[in-house]
Amino acid sequence: MRQTRITRNIWLGIENLLLHKLRSLLTMLGVVFGVGSVVAMLSVGEGASKEALEQIRKLGSNNIIVSSVKSAEEEQTSIQHSHMSIYGLTYEDHHRIAESFSDIQQTAPVKLMRKDSRLYERAMELRVVGTTPEWFKLVPREILAGRVLLQSDQDKQAPVAVLTEFGARKILATEHTIGQTISIGGDQFEIVGIVKSESGQAGNIQIPDQQVDVYIPIEVARVYFGDIFTKRTSGGDEREMVELHQIIVQVDEPKKVESIAAGIERMLEQFHKKKDYVVSVPLALLKQAEATKRTFNIVLGSIAGISLLVGGIGIMNIMLASVTERTREIGIRRAIGAKRRQIIYQFLIETVVLSTMGGIIGLGIGVLIPVLITYFSGMITVITLKGILLPLLISMTIGILFGLYPAVRAANVDPIVALRHE
Amino acid sequence: MSEQALSNNHEEILRLENAHKIYKMGTEQVRALAGVTVSFNKGSFWAIMGPSGSGKSTMMNILGCLDRLTSGSYYLDGQDVSQLDDDSLSEFRLKYLGFIFQSFNLIPQLTVQRNIELPLYYLGWDASQSAARAKELAEQVGLGDRVGHRPTELSGGQMQRVAIARALANDPHVIFADEPTGNLDSTTGVQILELLIKLNELGKTIIIVTHEPAIAEHAQNRLHMIDGKIDRIEGGCDETN
Repeated sequence: MRQTRITRNIWLGIENLLLHKLRSLLTMLGVVFGVGSVVAMLSVGEGASKEALEQIRKLGSNNIIVSSVKSAEEEQTSIQHSHMSIYGLTYEDHHRIAESFSDIQQTAPVKLMRKDSRLYERAMELRVVGTTPEWFKLVPREILAGRVLLQSDQDKQAPVAVLTEFGARKILATEHTIGQTISIGGDQFEIVGIVKSESGQAGNIQIPDQQVDVYIPIEVARVYFGDIFTKRTSGGDEREMVELHQIIVQVDEPKKVESIAAGIERMLEQFHKKKDYVVSVPLALLKQAEATKRTFNIVLGSIAGISLLVGGIGIMNIMLASVTERTREIGIRRAIGAKRRQIIYQFLIETVVLSTMGGIIGLGIGVLIPVLITYFSGMITVITLKGILLPLLISMTIGILFGLYPAVRAANVDPIVALRHE
Repeated sequence: MSEQALSNNHEEILRLENAHKIYKMGTEQVRALAGVTVSFNKGSFWAIMGPSGSGKSTMMNILGCLDRLTSGSYYLDGQDVSQLDDDSLSEFRLKYLGFIFQSFNLIPQLTVQRNIELPLYYLGWDASQSAARAKELAEQVGLGDRVGHRPTELSGGQMQRVAIARALANDPHVIFADEPTGNLDSTTGVQILELLIKLNELGKTIIIVTHEPAIAEHAQNRLHMIDGKIDRIEGGCDETN
């Protein structure tokens, strides 16, 4: 009974609004845009935090990545002919970092180089990553076949290689290839496993692994390929000496990450004359990225807020006009025996129906915007239940808030005067 | 004289005692009712007459619980309603009274049926019951085939019939009709009047406000007002059923 009464009232409200279709539609627009931007904002925000979580997963929330960079002066001098630039992290740095901090769980030194590789007839350039077994703990990836590097490979300086999925497929390596020999830069390695890879950018940090990686024990890399690299440029060969390209450090607790990163920075400062390294903390950068997104949300939120406010005022305006227009109807209803609160109820329901319908249309638009954003920019957006219910709740609240005053005005109309109203 | 006209033999439904209504128009005070004492019996048919400004509209508003007295008492079915608040007056209107207006006062966006249902809606009837009742009433006033129409699609006489059906929906004790034929041609007016007489014969108390003597003639009692006071009462209560 109660239920049917409410539905009846809602239907009455809808009927009244349908009498003035264009007017109702125009009145709704403010709420439509407001709710639309709220929905878009929430889904973009939700997508951003999902993306951030994803990045943390890829980079490791407890990780610090120390990378070698060519300092600015070095960049200048290396233009000169037959100059060899010496820069970057050293094996010594790695030992110092690993041993100086008690809160560091494990570290992985990384040596990177590009080498032409060949498996039978298939050849391609792979990124050779000389590292230790710890790499696979710091950059955990699914093992598709075989195994990863072991401490024993390290100890024996075994010429073994772990391929990544994409690179493996390119050179037609499958699980049957395990145990066969791959030629990397002219040297023979035994393929012992294939792992998945997660390439790409996370914020402005390069994900440690790439699609065309091949992992070999660092000692082997050092012995086979040395520390001097030759890069072919237009001005001739450019030679560089770099011992380690990266050191990945894992701290035992996320909250210690930043202080340890600062400690590493200070320590490296003492031993490096030039600033030829960069300490990056994925967590901090992710925090920064989140802060940027928060700013974005505040901007979008303000637009939504203003839009909702304007929408609400628009609704109030039209409802006040409607009250004047329907003064006679109010008088009739009152004369028949409607109480003030029943008149309030009637007008309030109309406003809430109006704003909620605006909310629903806005929701449709608001769902479309993130879909388009994702389609055109590739930004991840997520629509959650909260992202749908909250805007609807907001639009209903707008209806009540801005409908109350016109409704009270309607209820306070004197029936005698109202009945005489033309 | 007016007191003598009242009879105690019949059950009274409405009674005003020394009723005063004063409006403030700016600094001026308008005495719309200046000490009126009158009672109306159940099942009677009254016409309230008088020139404009005589207080007949005020009288109807007071009797119709649309307005409150400045002083004095008003009894409706034995209950003093002169001190009641807005909600209680609405309740009385809803349960005891029905209204018919000169300009019909139908809600234009609602169909005939929905207009008739209006009092039932506020009485809390459910949809199917009130629909049935509305159709029954529409037939009673000869508009059984018009329930789906909107007021704008009807003639004046038809609109007034709808208004009468609406006034009957809550089965009121008293029906007030404010110049019910004022906007109708004479033939239609007569038909409406006949409908009201028929309702009176069925036991409804009817109070018409009119300035047309031809209409008032049909009433058993005619109350003439002037300057907020009762000038004279014609017809006798002994004629009422």
